[in-house]
Amino acid sequence: MKTIAVMSGKGGTGKTMVAAGFSVFSDEKLLLADCDVDAANLSLLLETSNTECRPFMGLECAAIDQTKCVGCGICQVYCRFSAISQGDDGIFCINPLKCEGCGVCSLVCREGAVVISERQSGEVCRSDTPHGPLFHAELFPGSGTSGRLVFEVKKDALNDEPNVPAFLIDGPPGIGCPVISAISGVDAVVLVTEPGISALHDLRRLVTICRQFGVQMFLVLNKADLDEERAEYVRRYCADEKIEIIGTIPFDPAVIEAARRGESVAGMDTPAAESLKKSWKALSAAMGISQ
Amino acid sequence: MKIVVASGKGGTGKTMVSVNLAWAVSQSQETHLIDCDAEEPNVHLFYPGGKDEGPVTVKVPEVDSEKCTLCGACGEFCRYGAISVLTESVMFQAHLCHSCGGCMLSCPVDAITEVPRRIGMITRGEPTPTLTVISGILDEGEIAAPAVIKAAKEAGEWDGVSVLDGPPGTACPVIETMEGADVCILVTESTPSGLADLRRAARLTEAFGIPAGVVINRSDNEDSSTLAFCAEEGLPVLLTIPFDREIAAIQNRGAILCSEKEEWIEAFTQLYEDTVAIAGGIL
Amino acid sequence: MKICITSKGDSPESVPENRFGRTPFFVVYNDETGEIIEVINNTSANDASGVGPKVVQMLVSKGVNVVVTGQVGGNANKGLEVAGIPTYAFGEAKTVAEAYAAYKAGTLTRIV
Repeated sequence: MKTIAVMSGKGGTGKTMVAAGFSVFSDEKLLLADCDVDAANLSLLLETSNTECRPFMGLECAAIDQTKCVGCGICQVYCRFSAISQGDDGIFCINPLKCEGCGVCSLVCREGAVVISERQSGEVCRSDTPHGPLFHAELFPGSGTSGRLVFEVKKDALNDEPNVPAFLIDGPPGIGCPVISAISGVDAVVLVTEPGISALHDLRRLVTICRQFGVQMFLVLNKADLDEERAEYVRRYCADEKIEIIGTIPFDPAVIEAARRGESVAGMDTPAAESLKKSWKALSAAMGISQ
Repeated sequence: MKIVVASGKGGTGKTMVSVNLAWAVSQSQETHLIDCDAEEPNVHLFYPGGKDEGPVTVKVPEVDSEKCTLCGACGEFCRYGAISVLTESVMFQAHLCHSCGGCMLSCPVDAITEVPRRIGMITRGEPTPTLTVISGILDEGEIAAPAVIKAAKEAGEWDGVSVLDGPPGTACPVIETMEGADVCILVTESTPSGLADLRRAARLTEAFGIPAGVVINRSDNEDSSTLAFCAEEGLPVLLTIPFDREIAAIQNRGAILCSEKEEWIEAFTQLYEDTVAIAGGIL
Repeated sequence: MKICITSKGDSPESVPENRFGRTPFFVVYNDETGEIIEVINNTSANDASGVGPKVVQMLVSKGVNVVVTGQVGGNANKGLEVAGIPTYAFGEAKTVAEAYAAYKAGTLTRIV
């Protein structure tokens, strides 16, 4: 089984549209994962059913037992995350949005007044789709550890159904923790970009990360006709970097139209669908994914 | 006045709103524009010429092997598994470390000290006499974006108006950006995913107790679901920017809409005034 | 030498556990006598983070020489490597006892 992640650096370049399109155009079912855990939207474009979720326990969180606290404030002095504050009433309390559960407060408290306990930070879910099982997650807004949740989504996916030709991951934007977590162990990355100064800048940073991981790269150029000059720049960049462009998608209002109906544009007879189909064929041929 | 521009979903136009808002505000007063999307900072593409202000570092432990007795206390304390005491040595894995300092505190023989480790950098530029642009840039291969964001905010800290261009999502980098903000502008687009992520972002501003308003970008006049959500949540819609190939082209080449097309100056000046009103609980 | 096998249960008839850091139990054999000398209840199994390296430190403190498990994550992998603990995949073994026998027979694949 080949593992392929769809990534972009910059958000909103069309990762989810590409991932959903690939799953539709694959003749065989695939294993699917939405690893953009704090803005998970792949399920909005695929027909999902039988969704089952399990809790995701993130970083632990401290709490102060007010019956034991003597108000010395040493916990606040040692907390590196500014998570402990003293209210006007003199009471020390923990801000769960800032607490990273390190346990230093509990280490320095002489009264044993700090309790560290686990907390739920989100959910890991499995849904059926017509194109194979989809693993996705919901990170509770304000929770940290999105990188670990990405890891959990991938782990659940891999434990589920390895008898498919490919494991397709809709990746997160950026180059930080969740991206590193998503990219580890993949065979290839499909870079989705658009012809704009920001997207190109972010693409370069992501390519640096992909090189560090030694993964094969392919590129899909989305909304190519919005700026021909920069589209040409992307082509030259790919030639220099020896990244194969597997597809060029024109700006197509049908993409938004399909999304509003909760569908992938792949099901429509439009230029974007045609380009996505060609892109998938080129990718599956290059990666030896059976058709 | 700290104004955070956030969105949940990536690519909705946060940077476009941030750079134009800062441009408009700086016409009448000194303004700071702080790029808090440390993983993919783009503000400097619109305002190039920023100078290196020095590295961003985090504290990591260094073990003095002369003093260390391999007792195991640091490894038992560390909840992140970043430091492990093995047969003959102490192993440190930097990518797991949260720089909490607990290993140093738990060492009974004071064998651990903390040393700085570079994870990114800050740049500062002054493209006009009234505009200061500060960017936090995470080094490629590093993961601790929040530490870089924190440093960028500190570098831009002052009593005047600051516009903070936020990262996408609702996780740690966004939390770090929103901390201490007076008001938040949520930029969305009228698609199901734009709305789903707007909902997530709105829940976060609510958790922080930060007043917020919405900018609808790339509107094709099919905004009814977004407008319904905003009405339900009591989120004022501050500005609607239509989908327009010319606006897209201006943005794509790294230019500033307000300086290219005068009709937008008023819109972004009004956006600032309405944002201030929201922060003051008036709108 | 102490040979440690990750296990879903606390006996030689238990099913071996695929996960290293989050295994419920470690069954430890003395390979000179072939007897089980200790069954370790893994108190880190449900921790939020950093499980792999924590478990490596615990096994080092118990003097374990060899690990037999299913898969090892990156952080634990590095720990086992630095600690110099050879690690093998139990492969087709259906019980802890079978995994131990396969290790003794030298048929297991080394993964760290």
